[in-house]
Amino acid sequence: MKAPALLSVEGVSVDLPTPRGNLRAVDQVDLKIAPGQTLGIVGESGCGKTMLSRAILQLLPKKAKLSGRVMFDGQDLTRLAAEPLRKLRGRALAVVFQDPMTSLNPVLTIGSQLIETLQEHLEFDASTARRRSVELLAAVGIPAPEQRLSQYPHQLSGGMRQRVAIAIALSCEPKLLIADEPTTALDVTIQAQILDLLAREQRRRHMAMIIITHDLGVVAGRTDEVAVMYAGRVVERAPTPVLFKKMRMPYTEALLAAIPKIDAAPHTPLPAISGRPPDPTRPIQGCSFSPRCRYAMSDCHQQKPALVEAGPDHQYACFHPIHATAEACA
Amino acid sequence: MAVLDIGIDTAIVSPVRRTRRLGILFWLAAGWIAFIVLAAIFAGVLLAHSPTDMDMLERRAVPSLVHWLGTDALGRDELARLLHGARISLIVGLCAPVIGITIGGALGILAGYFRGRFETIVVGSMDVLLAFPPLVFALAVTAYLGQSVFNLTCILGVLGIPAFMRVARAATLSLAEREFVVAARALGASHARILLHELLPNVFLPLLAFFLLGVAVTIVVEGALSFLGLGVPPPAPSWGSMIGEGRESLEIAPRLAFIPAVTMFLTVLSFNLVGDTLRALTDPRQGAL
Amino acid sequence: MVWFVGRRLLYLVPVLLAVSLLTFLIASLLPGDLAYVILGDQATPEKVEALRRDMGLDQPIWWRYLSWLGQVLQGDFGRSFRTGQTVLQAVLERLPVSFELMILAEIIGLAVGVPLAIACAVRAGSGFDRFMTGTAFGMLSVPAFLSAILLIYLFAVQLRWLPATGYIPFEEDPVGNLRCFVLPALTLALAEWPGIMRVLRSDMIATLQEDYIAMAKAKGLKPARILFVHALKPSSLTLVTITGINIGRLIGGALIVETIFALPGIGRLLIGALYTRDLIILQGVVLLVACGFVVMNFIVDLFYAVLDPRIRHGRA
Repeated sequence: MKAPALLSVEGVSVDLPTPRGNLRAVDQVDLKIAPGQTLGIVGESGCGKTMLSRAILQLLPKKAKLSGRVMFDGQDLTRLAAEPLRKLRGRALAVVFQDPMTSLNPVLTIGSQLIETLQEHLEFDASTARRRSVELLAAVGIPAPEQRLSQYPHQLSGGMRQRVAIAIALSCEPKLLIADEPTTALDVTIQAQILDLLAREQRRRHMAMIIITHDLGVVAGRTDEVAVMYAGRVVERAPTPVLFKKMRMPYTEALLAAIPKIDAAPHTPLPAISGRPPDPTRPIQGCSFSPRCRYAMSDCHQQKPALVEAGPDHQYACFHPIHATAEACA
Repeated sequence: MAVLDIGIDTAIVSPVRRTRRLGILFWLAAGWIAFIVLAAIFAGVLLAHSPTDMDMLERRAVPSLVHWLGTDALGRDELARLLHGARISLIVGLCAPVIGITIGGALGILAGYFRGRFETIVVGSMDVLLAFPPLVFALAVTAYLGQSVFNLTCILGVLGIPAFMRVARAATLSLAEREFVVAARALGASHARILLHELLPNVFLPLLAFFLLGVAVTIVVEGALSFLGLGVPPPAPSWGSMIGEGRESLEIAPRLAFIPAVTMFLTVLSFNLVGDTLRALTDPRQGAL
Repeated sequence: MVWFVGRRLLYLVPVLLAVSLLTFLIASLLPGDLAYVILGDQATPEKVEALRRDMGLDQPIWWRYLSWLGQVLQGDFGRSFRTGQTVLQAVLERLPVSFELMILAEIIGLAVGVPLAIACAVRAGSGFDRFMTGTAFGMLSVPAFLSAILLIYLFAVQLRWLPATGYIPFEEDPVGNLRCFVLPALTLALAEWPGIMRVLRSDMIATLQEDYIAMAKAKGLKPARILFVHALKPSSLTLVTITGINIGRLIGGALIVETIFALPGIGRLLIGALYTRDLIILQGVVLLVACGFVVMNFIVDLFYAVLDPRIRHGRA
């Protein structure tokens, strides 16, 4: 990293007490992101990526226990009092949730949900806020923005709603935008549009962005760096082109292989990853991926691999990485 | 303004006091019900006094060894009246909802299962019935048929039909779409079979829970009517009429009103507790207080 | 929106008609020949016959129902033979009392129930929450007449702060008038607040778990705004139903409370009419009350549409 990190997640773990025992949703995660950079966090459902985003925002469930530090713009968010934290949220730190049907309040107009954020953080008066809202809606590509202000979320299509959510997130010029599965709830045809919109806005505002997704295809070409998560831990991290060309973790390889390829021959079977994600309440002794890994050896089942360097900014956690040509293992 | 900690909890809406086990409150309530029912049944055997014998020399007597709870304004033994009143309140309280659950329950299940015009008619007529101030309805019919325990039970039973119909219909609606009903129909089961074998056993438990709540409500309504002198005809004692009569003596002897009041409160509370616990067991969503 | 209202109105008509029919039937089936009752001890067979023909009592029941209905639709609800008042006059005389009682009771009930519900929802699961829900549950088992006795004993007998019974018109003495209403309104409110609190609390707990509340928090909005604007509005539907239904019920005059506290409201009017077999009053008032209830439900439905725009636009 050349520039000082805007966001630095240091040794963050999230524990959730459940009736069946302690659930470690996030396990010792370290991440850094510089201003203007895009980080992609990829993983299957249940790998802890959403919990991680909640941990960064300090919006964890009441019972959750967070350990570690989250440094944002020089402040440790885990130590910050409620009121300064509230001022940060929505302003310097913004989020777009997965399903805009449920993340927008159904009984409030689009306009009021936009305006309230502007009035809260930028202290605009009503008419200025209104004007700004119209500009924002236009900027995210919503036609007839003035009419939209008095409409309700259910009157818009899914793609439109997500654009509104993005407009709300961008309204106060955040330094960091966290997009949690922004396209998962949308039609495939709309997905690319939304992702392009996010990328465009990010470049324009020189904003840092974290895209959380289960789809490696989403992060290809749209992110500067990718972190792959499995069972609550980061198992590989690299700049995007490096990850795709020189991946080390078998899991990353399997994820990439599981993406259906449009130019594959007809009836090519989809190479799914066999097995299921591990039960987080029953952590196993060895590498979490070992039960499903086709390269697994005996030592994989005994110990958890730590993150090691493969090159500048490239880390992985595996005893028997793939593409291990001239580099020594572990 | 103090920062309210509106936490986002992963816990779902669950009854905060009770888990799926039956707590101590449930057993206390059930115990009280058993106690009062037994006391009412064996009142005649246990008591030394009759509830209607007046002893004008011992009016409003304080509790003593002769009269364990004292006497009322006409010299009648309070304990005897209390237990005989329990009989009446419990008889009306338990029998009236039976009418509701059988007729209302049947109508509800049928309406929920067959849908269509039958359902519209049933629901519509229940709506009409519900539009009437129930007390006025009860009073008008008592004026027609005369005041008696039997008549009172019938009227209160009829007034309860719409509520049971609603519960049964709601339960049936949610069940009728489920797989086991569709499967039964696919196997060629007749309507009667589906109604009796598949739906009824599953609708029964919510209905039973509602029945207990209905007992509580009926005891209250009967009490209110008797309180006004318009329910159970005197001199038969009822908790309501005892409270009504006790009202005259509030200044001198408040216990005459409060003893039956507390007894009635405990009984109604117990039925409510047991009924609500059962409801929480059958439908945890609705069980949250 | 117009469609929505129109459809509901269409459903209203048959219900109101059925209500009127049922009212008429009940009143007609009451025992005691009306003519005898009116003439009292002046009754002779000829006079009774003459009066019956006069009042149309010798006509078949369906004729009588239709003619009564016809009169009602023209605004003529009939005239009490006891007092000579028209039904409308009698009702209008008593309405302010019942109305004042209902409004005061509902206000107190909401003033207690709503803040408690919000406070409990925010602290769901805490000791405070459990205590309040337990108390609410206990209160549900205390019927109105019991609370009335208790309140009378406390405030009228022991402390002598308030009158136990009686009514003073507002014009005569505003303070005295309000004093007369405190105990009866409190009695009713004690019966109302648990239901209100329970329902709102449960809805708010569910709402507070929705994604849009998390979103509102993520936007850094003030907690008060999140609670009262984002959370309260979607949670109020059931509350509105309950309040509407309560008001609808109370329109009938809280019979018991009016009787205990000797307030000359609609409830007492009904009981009086029942005793004196004043069928005209009985019929007319019951019809008005029942219709009032039905109309109240209708208004509640409309309010729904205002609160939840999804219902307005036909999808919920």
